[in-house]
Amino acid sequence: MNEQERARKIALLSAETVAEIEHWLSKYPADQRMSALLAALRAAQHQNHGFLTTDLMDAVALYLGVPEIAAYEVATFYSMFETKPVGQHSISICTNISCWLMGSERIVEHVENRLGIKTGESTPDGKFFLKCEEECLAACDGGPMMQVDHVYYERLTPEIVDQILDAVAKKDGH
Amino acid sequence: MSDDLISIEVDGKKLQGRQGDMLIEVTDAAGIHIPRFCYHRKLSVAANCRMCLVEVERAPKTLPACATPISEGMRVFTKSPKAIIAQRATMEFLLINHPLDCPVCDQGGECELQDVAMGYGDGVGQYSETKRVVKDKDIGPLVATDMTRCIHCTRCVRFGDEIAGVRELGTTGRSEHMEIGTYVAKAVSSEISGNIIDLCPVGALTAKPSRYTFRPWELAQQAAIAPHDGLGSNLYMHIRDGAVMRVVPRENEAVNEVWLSDRDRFSYLAIQHPERLASPMIRVEAGWREASWEEALELAAKGLKAAGVGLHTLIAPHATLEELYLAQKVTRGLGSANIDHRLRQRDFRDQDALPVMPWLGHDVAELEQRQAVLLIGSHIRHEQPLLAQRLRKAALAGAKVSFINPAALPQTFAPLQNLGVGNAGMVSELAGVLAALAPSGLDESLAALVKSAVVDARHQAIAASLKSAQRAGVYIGALALAHPDLAVLRQLAQAIAQHSGASLGELASAGNSAGAWLAGAVPHRLPGGGSSAHKGLNAAEMLSAAASATLLVGVEPELDSLYGQAALDSLQQSGFNVVLTPFVTDAMRSYAHVILPMVTFAETSGTYVNVEGLWQGMRAVARPHAEARPAWKILRVLGNLLNLDGFDFMSSEDVRDELREACKNVQLSTRIDRHFAPLNQTPNTQSLQRIGGVALYAVDSLVRRASALQDTAEAQAAQHVRLHPQEIVRLSLVAGERARVSCGERQVQMTVQVDDALPAGCAWIAYGTQTSALLGDAMHIGIQPIDRPINMREA
Repeated sequence: MNEQERARKIALLSAETVAEIEHWLSKYPADQRMSALLAALRAAQHQNHGFLTTDLMDAVALYLGVPEIAAYEVATFYSMFETKPVGQHSISICTNISCWLMGSERIVEHVENRLGIKTGESTPDGKFFLKCEEECLAACDGGPMMQVDHVYYERLTPEIVDQILDAVAKKDGH
Repeated sequence: MSDDLISIEVDGKKLQGRQGDMLIEVTDAAGIHIPRFCYHRKLSVAANCRMCLVEVERAPKTLPACATPISEGMRVFTKSPKAIIAQRATMEFLLINHPLDCPVCDQGGECELQDVAMGYGDGVGQYSETKRVVKDKDIGPLVATDMTRCIHCTRCVRFGDEIAGVRELGTTGRSEHMEIGTYVAKAVSSEISGNIIDLCPVGALTAKPSRYTFRPWELAQQAAIAPHDGLGSNLYMHIRDGAVMRVVPRENEAVNEVWLSDRDRFSYLAIQHPERLASPMIRVEAGWREASWEEALELAAKGLKAAGVGLHTLIAPHATLEELYLAQKVTRGLGSANIDHRLRQRDFRDQDALPVMPWLGHDVAELEQRQAVLLIGSHIRHEQPLLAQRLRKAALAGAKVSFINPAALPQTFAPLQNLGVGNAGMVSELAGVLAALAPSGLDESLAALVKSAVVDARHQAIAASLKSAQRAGVYIGALALAHPDLAVLRQLAQAIAQHSGASLGELASAGNSAGAWLAGAVPHRLPGGGSSAHKGLNAAEMLSAAASATLLVGVEPELDSLYGQAALDSLQQSGFNVVLTPFVTDAMRSYAHVILPMVTFAETSGTYVNVEGLWQGMRAVARPHAEARPAWKILRVLGNLLNLDGFDFMSSEDVRDELREACKNVQLSTRIDRHFAPLNQTPNTQSLQRIGGVALYAVDSLVRRASALQDTAEAQAAQHVRLHPQEIVRLSLVAGERARVSCGERQVQMTVQVDDALPAGCAWIAYGTQTSALLGDAMHIGIQPIDRPINMREA
C-alpha cells in the first residue's frame, strides 16, 4: 500500500475516534498498540453508525500499526462488531435459556412485527437493525431482556418494548 | 549444566530434559511419538488442536504435551486408557467437519490427518448431522486452497506472523464460523509462502502447480540442491517416471532449516518448458537444422579452435562447479583467458585485490546470532529469501539491522535504519557511516572520502550499533555488486567492518557465484584461486565487444547480464558462437552458429559452493530431456575433440576431485588489500537515475520459465517502472498508465507504478525482464508520457 492510500484510509477516522483510540492507547505500554484494537474498532464502528467497513478496519489497523488481518480477526470474532451494513440502532434480544424461559420468543415476535423485519435484518429506512443474537447477554436475573445500542433493558413486555423504541425514534426526530 | 536437567518418566521410560522444555520436545527427542497437528517445533505453541493430550500423574485431566512444561519427577502416560480416550475424542471432534473426500484430495496418502485418524481415531464417529462447507479462497498461483478441509491448527497463520514476517492469513469468525483466510480477496505475497503447503497437516493448502498430477506413493524421493541463490537450499525432488513432479525442502539446520523459498520450490516447472531443446542444431544457409551430436560437436570444436586466444567464454553463475571448471579448462586450453561468470557486474577494478572467493565471513547459521548488521546494496528478501529469514530472526532477537540501498526496500521487521539513497548516494552514505566511526590511519583515498562526508544522526546510529555489538556483520549484496563503484563500496564496507569490529561478508548471488571463483571461471584467477599470468577480458568487456568466437554455457546474455540488448548486438557481430543451453530462443537463433542441448540442474550431477563455502553435491535425479546431455560431458568431449590435455574424466566426481585437489590450500577470507578512488560521476540532472535489482523471478533461465512463479503478482509487478508519486506528477505521468522509458536511441513502454519508498530522481526498473533488457545497462533514463490517442468518435 502506498503512502497516499495509507493516508487516505487513516483520514477516514474522525477526530473523536482518534481521540478515543489515543485514550485507550495511553492505558497500555507503548510497544503494545495491538491492545487498543478492540476499543479502537468500537470507536470506529460508533463513528460509522453501527457497522465497520473494510476501509475502516484497515484505517484502525494502519493507525495502530498492526497487520490489517489482525483487525479483521477481532472484528469478525466479536459479535458486537458488524462487518456488513446494518441499521443505525442495533437491537439485540437475548434468546438464551433464561430469557427464553421468561418468554423472549414473544418479545422477538413483537419487535419483528413492529419493524416489519426478521432477525438479522435492518429496516428499509436504515434506522433499526434487529441483530440475530446467539449468545447469552448476561442479564439472566432480568429476563426477558434486550440491548438497544448496547444499553440494557430488562423485564420486558411488548408495551415496555414499544415505549423504548418510541423513545429512540423520537430522539432521532421521527 | 547438569543441574538444569530435569528427570521425567514417560511410559515407564526415564527421560531427561531442560528447564522450560515442553513435554513434546522431550518425547520427540526420545523417539516417543505423540500425535499432533498444531504443534511445530519452528513455530510458537498454540495448543489448539488438542491432539497431543496425554495423561500426567496427579493432573486431574489430560494435558496437551505441546504446552506442558516438564517438571522434576513428572510421570507421563501417552498410551494409558485415559490418554487414548482423550485422543480418540479429539480425533472424533476434528473429523466432524472434515470432509470424507480423501480420494479426490491431493494430500491423500501423505496426510497427517489420515495417518493420525488411522493410528488414534475410532472406526466410527457418532456425528451424523450435516458438515459445514467453507468457500475456497484464491490466494495466488502457488498455493491451492480447500478450506472445508481445514482443521484450524493455525500453523499457516503462525508461519506468516513468526517466520515470513508477512501476516496475511488469519482466523476470522469464531466457533462454527471460524475460517482461515485473508478476509479480503488477495494473494499471499511472501517470497517463502510455499512453506505453508508443507506445514498444513491436511489437504487445505496444497501445491497449486502440481495439483492432481500424481499420488504421493507414485513418487521416488531424491536429494538435490537448489541453484537459484547463494544459500544452496537442500531439497528433495519427487520423481515419477524420470520427471520432477514437485520439490519439497530437505531438512538441514545449517543451511535452509526446514524451509524452502518459493523460487527454489517451483523452479522445477521450467524443466518441462516447451522451449527445451531436443537435439543439437547447426546454422545452415537456409536457417537451422538438427544435427547429430558428432557433427555438431565437431563443428563447434573447429570454430572454437580457429578462434583460439580470441575465444570469449561466458558461463552462468548457477552452473555446477564441474561445468565451471571444465569451461575454463577448455578456454584456457585454447590459450584464451577470457572467461567470466560475473554477468551482473559493472566495476571490476578491484578483482586482483579480492580474496579467493566471495564469502559470508562465517557460517550461515551464525547470521542469526548477529547483534548488529549493516547490509550494503542488498534486496536480501529477493536475493536470498532464506538468509533474509535468518536475518529476521536476529532482528526479532534484538539485533539492530540497517540497510543502505538505492531505495528503502520493504523489510519484514523494523530496521534500525533503512536508507534509500539512489545509486549516486551509496558512496557518500557509506563514507558518512565510516566517518561516524572516527577512524584513524586510513588510506589516502578513504581519508578523502571521510573528510568530505556529511555525518548525520542516521550514520551515527548505524556506526554506534555496529561498534557496540559484540557480534556485528557488514554484508555486501547484489545491488552493490552491480554498482558502478563496487570497488569503492567494498573498500568502504571493509573499513567500516574493520573500525567497528564487525565481520565482513558478501552475499554471493547464485548457486555457484562463490564456486565459480574456486573453479577459475574468472579471467584473472586459476582454479584454486592462483593468479593467472595471462589476464583475460571480464564479462563486461566480452559483452560489449565482438569476438572471433564465443562459448556460452547456460547463459541468455540479454537477460542474465546487465547489458541486455547491447549484449545481443555484440554477439551478433561475433564470428562464431557456440551455445550450450537447456532452452532455445529466437535470440539464440539470431546469434548462434551451433546450439547444443544441455540438461538442467535436476538432470545432472554436480556440486555447488554456497555463501559460507560449503561444497554440496547432488546426483542427477531426473531423466535428461530428449538428446540433451549434462554440460560437463559436452565440455569434456569438446576438450577431447580439441585435443586438449587432461580431459579423461569418467564421471563428474573425477572433475570435482581434480578441482578439490587444486583447492586444498584455499583459505577463506573477506580481506581486500588495495584501495581505489571513486569514479567521477557527473550528476545528470536532466534524467532519472535508473535503480533496480534483478527481478525476484528472473534470476536465471529456469526461474524465468517457471510458469507459476511468472503468474505471481510479484513477477507481474517487476514489469513496471516504479516512481515516487512526486516524480510522477513532475513528469506529467499517470500511475497505472503506460509511459515511454528511453535511454538514447533505446525506448520501451512500461506501466508506471507508485512507490513512495523510492528517493526523488530515481526510477526502479528490475533487470532480467524482456522489456528492461531493451534498455541495456542504462544508468540514466528519461520517462515521458505516451501521447494519448485521440478518440475519433469524440473528435
